[in-house]
Amino acid sequence: MTNDYIEAQWMELWEAGAVNAAWTFASLCRVSGLSEGELRELVDYGALVPDNPDTIADRWTFGRHCVVIVQTAVRLRRDFDLDPPGLALALTLVNRIRDLEDELRKMRVLAPRDEK
Amino acid sequence: MKYKDYYEILGVDRTADEAAIKKAYRKLAHKYHPDVSKDPEGEAKFKDVSEAYETLRDTEKRAAYDQLGQQRPGQDFRPPPGWESQFGGGGDMHFEDIDLSDLFAGLAGGARAGRGARGARGGGPGMRPDMPIPGQDYEVTAHISLEDAYNGTLVDLNLSVPDYDEQGRLHRVPREFKARIPKGATDGQRLRLKGQGGKGINGGPGGDLYLNVALHPHSLYRVDGHDLYVDLPLTPWEAALGATVDVPTLAGEVSLKVPPGTSAGRKLRLAKRGLPKPGGASSSGEAGDLFAIVQIAVPSVLSDRERELFRELGEVSTFNPRGHFSSGS
Repeated sequence: MTNDYIEAQWMELWEAGAVNAAWTFASLCRVSGLSEGELRELVDYGALVPDNPDTIADRWTFGRHCVVIVQTAVRLRRDFDLDPPGLALALTLVNRIRDLEDELRKMRVLAPRDEK
Repeated sequence: MKYKDYYEILGVDRTADEAAIKKAYRKLAHKYHPDVSKDPEGEAKFKDVSEAYETLRDTEKRAAYDQLGQQRPGQDFRPPPGWESQFGGGGDMHFEDIDLSDLFAGLAGGARAGRGARGARGGGPGMRPDMPIPGQDYEVTAHISLEDAYNGTLVDLNLSVPDYDEQGRLHRVPREFKARIPKGATDGQRLRLKGQGGKGINGGPGGDLYLNVALHPHSLYRVDGHDLYVDLPLTPWEAALGATVDVPTLAGEVSLKVPPGTSAGRKLRLAKRGLPKPGGASSSGEAGDLFAIVQIAVPSVLSDRERELFRELGEVSTFNPRGHFSSGS
């Protein structure tokens, strides 16, 4: 019997290193495996929005939720062989569905439980 | 080793050409891909579909698969004599403790990390044989209680991962270990166990293991991120006059002051009584909120005295909750 265990790490924090640290363009490329060009295309098509879109790409920073978006992008591109416009469209739709599911969940938690 | 009928999984004939196989894969991927499917079994089905496609889309792998012959799905089998030297790269192979997908994973011409494997890593076609290849990433779901999420917990993980022995032979090895889920995890959260996935090859780094946290439904609380919601039944007189009532929280009961004139459906917020947030649990004390959702409970059976008092209240009260019906157009 041993008390040894492996510590699970928060996904959003392990690269950024701090709770509120934003993701840089380079770190988002690194964690997703996407090239700079591919990531820039996702931004160009509006599927990924930097916190500071008016600055140059090297200085872009991204919110923590963007990690989930780029990882989804990697899966969709790999599994459907999508080209950049198709990938951006799919991501936009997936994100819309997730937003709607979030809203639905928020409404559901407000609704009282059915009486038994 | 259990047999899987990749043609049957993709729903194609054994003579299907590359285009038909690709078309079948795309159709099934649209149906079962975990990012687009609502099917609770979708992820498992997609894993089979992608495993079948990874093999049948590659000429060499398909030829090797076809040479195994057709068996009944799920049936234990061994490749026919000679298969190993023709497709397995020579040497002894152990077939008892590997999956069918493992058999084809090492064959040239395809990415090592299959489409069903999550994560961005994996080798690719054309790589040098001695090139370091990162281990495969794996993903498991840890079902924990809300109380465990609040306090942090240890979970037992039992995995079966492919590994290579000293002779470079592939086989499955069981791995059992404990993982600590830090306090503040919530439903749908993804945690990373660095280097706990598949072993790297040629000195490549180990893959990662991703833990998806799934909370068991709770008898009292509903969960939205780090916020918790609990129904708070009040008597009509508590709602009308105001009251101080006990509300259960994950840290024990607290007293909640209900203001007079509280209606059903009103949300009463107990700040920072929800789930602790990552990194904030011990340092800054950041946490979600607990919301008590007011319900007005009416006794189903009234005593004579209660009925008399309610009737009297009805006679003296001028309150009309349906006043807007007549003024509305």
